[in-house]
Amino acid sequence: MGMNNAVAASAAQPAAGTPSARIVRFLGRTPVHITLGIIALIWLAPTVGLLVTSFRPRSDIQATGWWETITTLRFTLVNYQSVLDAQGMGRAFLNSIIISVPSTLLPLAICSLAAYGFSWLRFRFRDTIFLIVVALMMVPVQLGFIPLLQLFKPFHLTQGFLGIWLAHTAFALPFGTFLLRNFFITLPRDLVEAARIDGSSEIGIFRNIVVPLSVPAIAAYGIFQFLWVWNDLLMSLVFVGNNANYPMTIQLNNLLGQYGTEWHLLAAGAFLLMFAPLVVFFSLQRYFVQGLLAGSVK
Amino acid sequence: MTATSQPTSLPPGVGRSRRSGGFERTGIGTVALFVLPATLLLLVFLVFPMLFTIRLSLDRGLGGNLTRFVGLDNYINLFNDSTFIQAIVNNLLWIVFYVGLVLGLGLIVAVVAMRVRYEAIIKAIVFLPMAIAATALAVIWDFVYAPDSNIGLLNAIIAAFHGPLISWLGSPAFVNGSLIAVGIWGSTGFATVILSAALKSIPTEILEAARIDGANEFQIFRRIILPMVSLPMSVLAVTLVVNVIKLFDIPYVMTHGGPGTSSRVIAFQMYIQGFQAGQFGQAAAVAIVMLLIMIPIMAFNIRRFRSSAVV
Repeated sequence: MGMNNAVAASAAQPAAGTPSARIVRFLGRTPVHITLGIIALIWLAPTVGLLVTSFRPRSDIQATGWWETITTLRFTLVNYQSVLDAQGMGRAFLNSIIISVPSTLLPLAICSLAAYGFSWLRFRFRDTIFLIVVALMMVPVQLGFIPLLQLFKPFHLTQGFLGIWLAHTAFALPFGTFLLRNFFITLPRDLVEAARIDGSSEIGIFRNIVVPLSVPAIAAYGIFQFLWVWNDLLMSLVFVGNNANYPMTIQLNNLLGQYGTEWHLLAAGAFLLMFAPLVVFFSLQRYFVQGLLAGSVK
Repeated sequence: MTATSQPTSLPPGVGRSRRSGGFERTGIGTVALFVLPATLLLLVFLVFPMLFTIRLSLDRGLGGNLTRFVGLDNYINLFNDSTFIQAIVNNLLWIVFYVGLVLGLGLIVAVVAMRVRYEAIIKAIVFLPMAIAATALAVIWDFVYAPDSNIGLLNAIIAAFHGPLISWLGSPAFVNGSLIAVGIWGSTGFATVILSAALKSIPTEILEAARIDGANEFQIFRRIILPMVSLPMSVLAVTLVVNVIKLFDIPYVMTHGGPGTSSRVIAFQMYIQGFQAGQFGQAAAVAIVMLLIMIPIMAFNIRRFRSSAVV
């Protein structure tokens, strides 16, 4: 961009806009295009290779590399069918949704409430408590594993979904509260004060003013949290104790352990796992990038 | 409406800002409604577990219970355990190569892509792996690294040049480099997006003036671009170091810490020690070591973001 502007704006090159000058400029930047071509290739080839493989018949995968598909254009959906039905990825897909949705909505609701409390309510030790909440961001999830399992055991919470919901929610709170509070305090003070003078209750201000104005921040955080949970393997390994409730990450890892060379199954399984993130990526890219950038503090 | 016309029997939390700029306290019920759910959950599911784990790290911890106080024995055992030392060394390897190369490549992609019209497409392509679960990344790269030259892309390329095929994940000499490459591939887009935004904030007049004064592209990079991105680079570096300390999925899925123990990392070690070996006291000690490493890093991070809205 900088260079384009520099060239276009420079009076020393009056012919910059003519077609021939454009071609010269394009050729002059051939190394740039080649570099970017190689970069694109390195970042696309591994994923594209697996995507192509997921549609190839098993016999073809064993016989030739995916880059030779062009010589044998045969595609099938059988891999997806068998991984969904016979290999339990269908059930796991459902489990991933059952785990991810409450593990996103619960932190969203609880963090928004707390963030409002820490930004707009006045109470004793408010800032001290908030600081402690923020400091808890330092605690790695590993510190919760053993005690939470002990805590859940008498109630059999790891046999159902409640254990993993609670674990994800608790570990999301410090960061979510921190992030949303940082956004809420940037809202104009007059707006909140005026609503109070008009006799609006705090919950009314929260619902009618603060939340609607914070949709971008809440959406970005929600997407971040959803992908975080959807893509999580470790927490599920620890807090999902029942085989029937395994999410796709565990199921795919188990497939890899059992059928390490059955690439028709693994490729299809991996793309099922990528399905939700890719949909989010292409449909909500702006919030998605913002969410991930914001989440980097976590 | 004047504030004094408010009736005195309002429910708590209403009409509070009547006097002196509104420094009156919110009613206790309202505060509880907003703050109590988060506070209670944090106390029960985070603060209590943290304290318990600290205590457990000083205990034999049979079955995850407090069975016998052993002082610092778990920590002493840990640092006498060659697999734990190996895990720490591997984490250091990750920090040097993963963090260094993600920053370097991220900057190169950002700088080069800035010069073309399809910049957004390049950035999207490189950023895409950020969306994908590490478990799926692991499968993607298991496939690239497959030993069979009819299946694995890398060995196919080697075979095309008649070189000796490499067991990327099966040989101790290559395994850490192979795993780190997956991490780099997964995170470069993140660095690119952040650094690209920083580059965009450099005023074009400065670049133009430098070019008119006869500066070449290398000088511009050294003297203008690099100083402008050094702050975002340092913030990124901290984030990437945190990623390394929490790293679990890629080694767990791709090699299960192997061959032998050669690709173990500290978070993997905690999981294995606790949930496969049943040494809960030891596992708690590993978790505490992770916490101790994390505290100064996160303190830096939080201080940086404390006063600014991140989104």
